[in-house]
Amino acid sequence: MSGLAAEFAAEAALVEAAGRLRQAGLRRIEAYTPYPVEALDDFLPRPRAILPVLVFAAGILGLAGGFLLQWYGAAVSYPLDIGGRPPASWPAFIPIAFEIAVLGAVTAGFIGFFALAGLPAPYQPIALLPGFERASQDRFFLVVDEADPRFAAADVASILGGFPCRVVPWRP
Amino acid sequence: MTEFGRRHLMQLVAASAALAGLSGCGPSETPEKMTPRVDQAPGETAGEASYVATAVVQEGFATGAILQHRMARPVKLEGNPDHPASLGAADAPMQGTVLDLYDPGRSAAVLSGGQIADWNRLALALAEKRRQWSKDGGTGLRILTGSISSPSLAAQLAALSQQYPAARWHSWEPLSRDNVAAGARLAFGKPVDALPQFDKADIVLGIESDAISAAPGHLAFARAFGARRRAAETGSGKMSRVYAIEATPTLLGAAADHRFALKPAEIELALRAIAAAVDAGPAEWRGSERPGWVDAVARDLAAHHGAALVHAGPEQSPAIHALACAINAALGAPLRHIEPVAADAPGLAELAAEMHDGKVETLLILGVNPAYDAPADLGFVEALKRVALSIELATHVDETAQLATFHVPALHMFEDWSDARAFDGTATILQPQIRPLVPGHSAPAMLALLAGTQDFSARDLVQDTWRQRVSGDFAAAWSGWLRKGVVDNTAAADAAVTLRRDFATALPKPAQTASALTVLLRPDPFLRDGAQANNGWLQELPRPFTRLTWDNAALIAPATAGRLGIASEELVDIARGGGKKVRLAAMVLPGQAEGVVTLSLGYGRRAIGAVGEGVGSDAGVLRVSTAPWQADDATLHATGQTYPLATTQQHQTMDGRDIVRTFSVDDLPKAAAAPERASLYPPYPKGDNAWGMAISLGSCIGCGACTAACQAENNIPVVGREQVMRGRAMHWIRVDRYWSDDVANPGARFQPVPCMHCEDAPCEVVCPVDATVHDTDGLNVMVYNRCVGTRFCANNCPYKVRRFNFFGYSGRDPRPAMSWNPDVTVRDRGVMEKCTYCIQRIRETKIAADRDNRPITDGEAKTACQQACPTEAIVFGDLNDAESAVRKRKASPLDYALLEELNTRPRTTYAAHVRNPNPEIKEG
Amino acid sequence: MTAIEPAPVMLPGQDLATIDRAVGDAVLRPATPLWWWGGFTIAVAFTGLFILAVEYLFIAGVGIWGIDIPVAWGFAIANYVWWIGIASGGTIISALFYLTQSEWRSAVNRIAESMTLFAAAAAAIMPILHLGRPSFFYWLFPIPNTMGLWPQFKSPLLWDFFAILAYVTASVLFWFLGLLPDLAMVRDRATTRGSRVFYGIAAMGWTGSHRQWRLHKSAYGLLAALMAPLVISVHSIVGLDFSGGLLPGWHSTQFSPFFVFGAVLSGFATVLLLVIPLRRLYRLEAFITQRHLDLLVTFLLLCSLLLAYSYFIDALLPFYGDDKFERATQLHRFTGDWAWSYWGAWSLNVVAPQILWVRALRRDWLICLIAFGVVVGMWLERIMLVASSLYEDFLPSSWGHYVPTLWDWLILFGSAGMAAAGFFLFLRYLPVLAAYELKEILPPPSRHGESQG
Repeated sequence: MSGLAAEFAAEAALVEAAGRLRQAGLRRIEAYTPYPVEALDDFLPRPRAILPVLVFAAGILGLAGGFLLQWYGAAVSYPLDIGGRPPASWPAFIPIAFEIAVLGAVTAGFIGFFALAGLPAPYQPIALLPGFERASQDRFFLVVDEADPRFAAADVASILGGFPCRVVPWRP
Repeated sequence: MTEFGRRHLMQLVAASAALAGLSGCGPSETPEKMTPRVDQAPGETAGEASYVATAVVQEGFATGAILQHRMARPVKLEGNPDHPASLGAADAPMQGTVLDLYDPGRSAAVLSGGQIADWNRLALALAEKRRQWSKDGGTGLRILTGSISSPSLAAQLAALSQQYPAARWHSWEPLSRDNVAAGARLAFGKPVDALPQFDKADIVLGIESDAISAAPGHLAFARAFGARRRAAETGSGKMSRVYAIEATPTLLGAAADHRFALKPAEIELALRAIAAAVDAGPAEWRGSERPGWVDAVARDLAAHHGAALVHAGPEQSPAIHALACAINAALGAPLRHIEPVAADAPGLAELAAEMHDGKVETLLILGVNPAYDAPADLGFVEALKRVALSIELATHVDETAQLATFHVPALHMFEDWSDARAFDGTATILQPQIRPLVPGHSAPAMLALLAGTQDFSARDLVQDTWRQRVSGDFAAAWSGWLRKGVVDNTAAADAAVTLRRDFATALPKPAQTASALTVLLRPDPFLRDGAQANNGWLQELPRPFTRLTWDNAALIAPATAGRLGIASEELVDIARGGGKKVRLAAMVLPGQAEGVVTLSLGYGRRAIGAVGEGVGSDAGVLRVSTAPWQADDATLHATGQTYPLATTQQHQTMDGRDIVRTFSVDDLPKAAAAPERASLYPPYPKGDNAWGMAISLGSCIGCGACTAACQAENNIPVVGREQVMRGRAMHWIRVDRYWSDDVANPGARFQPVPCMHCEDAPCEVVCPVDATVHDTDGLNVMVYNRCVGTRFCANNCPYKVRRFNFFGYSGRDPRPAMSWNPDVTVRDRGVMEKCTYCIQRIRETKIAADRDNRPITDGEAKTACQQACPTEAIVFGDLNDAESAVRKRKASPLDYALLEELNTRPRTTYAAHVRNPNPEIKEG
Repeated sequence: MTAIEPAPVMLPGQDLATIDRAVGDAVLRPATPLWWWGGFTIAVAFTGLFILAVEYLFIAGVGIWGIDIPVAWGFAIANYVWWIGIASGGTIISALFYLTQSEWRSAVNRIAESMTLFAAAAAAIMPILHLGRPSFFYWLFPIPNTMGLWPQFKSPLLWDFFAILAYVTASVLFWFLGLLPDLAMVRDRATTRGSRVFYGIAAMGWTGSHRQWRLHKSAYGLLAALMAPLVISVHSIVGLDFSGGLLPGWHSTQFSPFFVFGAVLSGFATVLLLVIPLRRLYRLEAFITQRHLDLLVTFLLLCSLLLAYSYFIDALLPFYGDDKFERATQLHRFTGDWAWSYWGAWSLNVVAPQILWVRALRRDWLICLIAFGVVVGMWLERIMLVASSLYEDFLPSSWGHYVPTLWDWLILFGSAGMAAAGFFLFLRYLPVLAAYELKEILPPPSRHGESQG
């Protein structure tokens, strides 16, 4: 994406600026911060939270799969007399089913995160923005996408002008 | 590790040497054309066993055996049910003979001065001699053998003495029974063999008796003895009562209802008192300060006239044997007297004297090893140096071989024809079981060499000997004998005996030795005189009382040890009045008489092979020809050093736990101890068979035959002393020995423990890979190939019957590949193993039954331990078969499951130990 | 922990830049401190010993150890339980206290998690070395063999296999997820090409966009919520490895919680043992404050008391019930061959730590000493539980002894060296504190870089 980028030195200003832009009806804004800034949640686009669903589904799948695996292996595929215990003694299957469930959920959460976050990404155009390397350290960046229907370079610049920040046009 | 590595290397060297000899020259001088087999030989199927009867000769006496052959080689020895000395049982030394046959340490070449020599050199030397003997009638020619019962060998010797009248034959048996004969002479005026008939004996008095442990015929005696001890359990007749008077524990003493540990000197006095009490001796013998029980025992004996007998061990003095004869005569004891079975010959003392005098020019030593076991006072080693030409025939390059002019490798008794007689005179023809593995010679062949017989054949010799004894079709009779393993109607006839009138007066006065310390020299239970010392099975088989392996120890009573301030595993020097001393570790053993130290013979071999050399200490150096069994003037010095002993049992009592149950015959339980306990789990459907085992603790005498048989059958590797010390012995069935808590005079309780084959097996549940599971017959099977070695099963086995291959024990075992049982997997490093109820035998019978489309009959499938057991204490069979012997045994109220509170539902159960004490006697 | 009057979680005078300098530059500085070389060399030396011991083990077999019949389990199992217990401490700190949103965790969770990682690795090796036929360990995977045979799912050992599998995998993923933003930070601070490439690849293109942060927070929260029960279950299952058997001293219903308590105790002790020297060596006093030590010590004491309860119950029940075997085993523990390990566990894990109730005594060196004592004491407890139930169980005839060999000790110390070596590498090449989390807990006014532009 391309448009206007603003570099802030402090979190407070960034949040305030984001609020103003939002008021101005701009939607396609992205912020780059050294740590998660929860205050931005109200002003920036909010993707639907599908990760928890994914993890839950994987967990249930693992649980069911774990039970099925053990039941099939011990009671159907190759039943044996083990110490006089019934082949399908389900209480003995709980621990493994649980472990498989957790393993499934954790793996799903991990992979799901990378998939949704678009990682790994060998090339991030935003990284070419001058001074952007400090976005992971002690600088805060706001980027307004010109593709936003309400985008007008002048207006945005004037809004941002009201804050202690350095505004630069952004073209990858 | 290191010591393991060294032994392993030496064994490999020995093995390669032996195999070299094996592949080299065959046994016969004339090379035979070998034809590779294309079609199977008639009567032989690959993978199927064939069985050939023969006998094992121990100390001159034969015990019938049947060798199981697989692909034309013997792999397992069983007793011969048709043979009176075996009745189907086989003891540990017998089992060991199979391993001896394949011993890589066997001598494989003629030696002279330690160098491999050409056979012709010996042949020429003897040809020279023969020319001279034919002139001087064999002056200076002496032949030394062990005790001989073989008719053909006796005939050969007789013929030889005809040929060379001046030649002499001497016999030397390190474990001689001369005292028995001497006792008989004192009592009856002539030597006779007395055969106790335990089946008829209500009362038995054993004087350090070896009747059920080592005496010729001990397996048969034990069978009858065990049956009477089991009587209360099976409800068949009256249970016998057994007394034992002894200075050191014997198996019979352990089985006794009353056991009295006396010093040797006191034993004769007690016996005289008993003799007097049963009118077998003058009243003054009763003595004044006799212990209270003496009269009670005497009364009990007298009260059972015709059904009470006394038996004394061969180490007891002639006087004691004479007293025993007299008491038996007075009691009308159930004994058979027969003419002595072993041929009589002048002994080693006379020979040694002649050798010292230089009267012996040529000495032929056949299968004995005097350089190792001759009494010290004879100075045999020095004497041998004075013999111009000495020739020794032996299976190993032993102590004598290193001194003799020539050493000739001997054939194993399974490699050539011969014959021998059993304790009751019954003869057996020994057939060769296998083409000789080493280019050796037999005793008859050596004698033939002396005689100058041309193209001698042992087979012809034996046949000629027996041909004279049958009328009619010899060929038919011969094949019948071979098939049955017994020569018909050769049992000795009864010999009439009458007690000498002057018996009481002729009896020498009891020796008044008041020594603080008496040393008893006794044969090792398994090595006996040490001839089998290179046998790993026997070395590693735990001794019944000490549970000791790979060593002999100075056995000493707790009280005496306390008095002398000696602890177990402390090295002590024991000497006989200034003579040679022997150094070995002390071991405190309950049941020893106070002030008595017992040493086992057969150890400290200086030359025999990688396995046996330097194991233990040679107690034989304390022997003198006048008193071979006992040293009254012995001294004992603690060295302060310690030496660890490799025992397989660390804790000696039951700690009040319900392990071996004991009942008095007067108050036996009426109903089963515990009813079947409830289980959470639904029962599995029973298969065609439900295999189970019942072990009668009352009739187990603790002889260890089961362990030896199991080791032979199931390819159980020998692990060595260092590994046994680290608790890694591999025996699948162990015989636990617990001392009853009576510290003063503890009784021993033996308990054989194989795998219990629990129906709700704890081992199976914890195995992560299904390596141990149940089969449809209810066997707890071990799948070696599936085992990854987590060892949780061993931890979780409450009976601790599982064994683990911590190292590659099988690979390190020196026995050659051809000697393993091809029916049983040889286990690899890192896998668990345990008793399988001899599943290979079960499958064999199952296949046979399926082929004939019939059910398996009871007793068709026998486990190795069951088959070897002399007292039939172990019974195995199908629990589905209501008529099976095992079901009947388990029906007894005495039957109980070990650790039944764990509810593992074992298929192996025990019948409680039953005792029959004399209410009049408190002690013992 | 409300009893403690709150010392600050972070000393004043910090801002975004100071945090980055403290965390980032420690990784990027060209010169490696001497103490690191010293420690790393020793660790590598022991790793060498470990490799040697394992080589010989594979050549000769488990017979080189002191194990026998009846004591078929020995150091390998004790070490395993010990290591996995230590590992759990890190997970508890980073996962459980994340869920409770405890600010103090941010300064120590990275160290704790990394410790977990290498401890778990050391633990995971042990059961394989323990096998009689280690090359076949994969037969525990739920894959039918050529005969169609499956593993035996009723065996606690198989449960354990799955537990380790899940735990080690999850720990790595959780650890890396938390590390990602800091890797980006280091990448962006890096000056040399090599480190730029290395951390560039490691950071996988993290930009710190708001979208990424939201996903990261949600993913991290989910994983934390899963890790907490996972670590509890792992330890409960380790407990079942023993209580699944029927041996006196093992067959106990309280083993699962008992093992969890012990595990967390040893975990906290190890974290203390690492954190105290590190805050000095890395000049992290500003971020790892007395508050952290107080909290960790408090939890150490808590676990110590919980463990004391378990010990007490374990010792009491045999005499409350009437199982003579249980009683005998308990008496063996009091007085038998391995009594020293039993009393050692009591004194090091329960008695000694109690002096830390006295706040005046909470000197760094003393805390370290006590913590080290606990780490040793927990190992004693493990070997005691393994050996003392085995060497004298049901049949006196089968009672034996257990004498560890040199090779047992080499495996133990060698594995410690290996874990330490790994941890030293982490110290040198990865950010030892969670920088972005520290920035998050900065007081709002100081949430800015050094120069206002």
